[in-house]
Amino acid sequence: MAKQLPEHPAWLWRDPNPKSSYDAIVIGGGGHGLATAYYLARNHGLTNIAVLEKGWLAGGNMARNTTIIRSNYLWDESAAIYEYALKLWELLPAELDYDFLFSQRGVLNLAHTLQDVRDSVRRVEANRLNRVDAEWLEPDEVAKVCPIINVSPELRYPVLGATFQPRAGIAKHDHVAWAFARACDAMGVDIIQHCEVTGFVKDGNRVVGVDTTRGRINAGLVGLVAAGHSSVLAEKAGFRLPVQSHPLQALVSELYEPVHPTVVMSNYVHVYVSQAHKGELVMGAGVDAYNGYGQRGSFHVIERQMAAAIELFPIFARAHLLRTWGGIVDVTPDASPIIGATPVENLYVNCGWGTGGFKATPSAGWVMAHTMATGEPHELNRPFGLERFTTGALIDEHGAAGVAH
Amino acid sequence: MLQLNCPWCGPRDETEYHYGGQAHVPYPEDPSALADEEWAEYLFFRDNPKGPFAERWVHSVGCRRWFNVVRDTRTYEVLAVYTNTEPRPDLGMGVAAGGQR
Ligand SMILES: Cc1cc2nc3c(=O)[nH]c(=O)nc-3n(C[C@H](O)[C@H](O)[C@H](O)COP(=O)(O)OP(=O)(O)OC[C@H]3O[C@@H](n4cnc5c(N)ncnc54)[C@H](O)[C@@H]3O)c2cc1C
Ligand SMILES: [Zn+2]
Repeated sequence: MAKQLPEHPAWLWRDPNPKSSYDAIVIGGGGHGLATAYYLARNHGLTNIAVLEKGWLAGGNMARNTTIIRSNYLWDESAAIYEYALKLWELLPAELDYDFLFSQRGVLNLAHTLQDVRDSVRRVEANRLNRVDAEWLEPDEVAKVCPIINVSPELRYPVLGATFQPRAGIAKHDHVAWAFARACDAMGVDIIQHCEVTGFVKDGNRVVGVDTTRGRINAGLVGLVAAGHSSVLAEKAGFRLPVQSHPLQALVSELYEPVHPTVVMSNYVHVYVSQAHKGELVMGAGVDAYNGYGQRGSFHVIERQMAAAIELFPIFARAHLLRTWGGIVDVTPDASPIIGATPVENLYVNCGWGTGGFKATPSAGWVMAHTMATGEPHELNRPFGLERFTTGALIDEHGAAGVAH
Repeated sequence: MLQLNCPWCGPRDETEYHYGGQAHVPYPEDPSALADEEWAEYLFFRDNPKGPFAERWVHSVGCRRWFNVVRDTRTYEVLAVYTNTEPRPDLGMGVAAGGQR
């Protein structure tokens, strides 16, 4: 498990000035924006394109998340798009020629109540019907997969079992972004950092460009891939999105010997923990209840997470917390993403991944690129259009997404 | 952690309250007359401004009453607290504070 980290790489992409015009522009240089640009070039031959990032590459949620990758969602629509991503993850290190430490060490989703058990078993069965690897484990089997979990029935919220997806795991998020950026750059994509989109240029109801802090840039197609800031940008383009932005925190401990062989998530007591290759325990917290654009959350949220972590993992009691940070996640009413057309012609959106979009980075990019290049949704994102909020065909993944990932 | 000034109980820690999202979203006057798009707006679409936002809070472990707060979602600074029967204070923010639709 404790493989050596790769050396910090040299410059992986150029630092070009924006051209006056592109065939397509992707707003947002997070994982989803980069993957969108990558597949626009790779799958659709569009290379006169740019990714515009207001800060630095992957400075948003992409390099702030806890990197959990899994595809064990309940509904067919979700299982399809997340499983497609997982299959792409399995290929990407070779395809991008970059070892970003994708580690299929499995994910346990713990059940702590009778209702949890019923929901989890149902999800395992649903996953199997969708050919997603899933098992139901009894407490003693949980302890075999992850010996440091306390499965004692004495706990306030005892572990009554868990779902296990062996092919799930983690990857090193910033390296994933760099891998995509390098591959984009090699195909001629301009990655332009410190370039904030401040407005949209329209001809009637059609977008024809964007205003930025580095001047006006014309574009045939625009993809809005701005995660926490999606509704701020949508408002500038003249429409609303059903998303609310919340702070979401994570934290890491000091480096420790490898003690934690898998990934453990508990929606009920609400904590999720893995151990990074370097040795930090990586733990995620819940969202702050209120809307917020500050990349920080409240301490009481972390305190609650740590109480849960220590109850489940007594050996963490004396671990030292090293750092905490926050991202801004865009949450939809049904805990499923929005990918598709907008009320503005030639302007497409990919947002609403909330607390769990890292795992979907490759498939989100794949289907967003397809939608932008062809003007039609890919079969995988057809159910995830904005129109579902009018038709009522919601894809309620609160159970599988929770606030945990 | 925020500290909010309950209009009835005075200043209390955030952990005593629950969040209720955007304020001033009235129940449709004639629900059966709404088109699907209008129902979607009412059910699922809320403002999400970066800046002052008029929102609801309930003092769950205190007086259990709802009230409104204008808070800056960028700095988390509380700009105003007012009861449900009071109008949204004019903080010179226009409609950006959300709510009046
Ligand atoms: C603490 C935390 C833990 C998480 N844990 C997990 C996890 O374990 N597993 C999982 O699957 N997901 C997780 N997520 C969710 C995941 O990080 C997001 O769903 C995903 O990263 C969103 O896509 P993105 O990478 O493109 O977003 P981002 O990296 O946020 O990209 C959006 C980019 O748009 C840029 N932008 C915004 N406005 C403008 C503008 N006007 N002009 C130009 N650029 C702009 C931003 O600066 C940003 O770089 C977590 C998130 C957080 C915050
Ligand atoms: Zn009160």
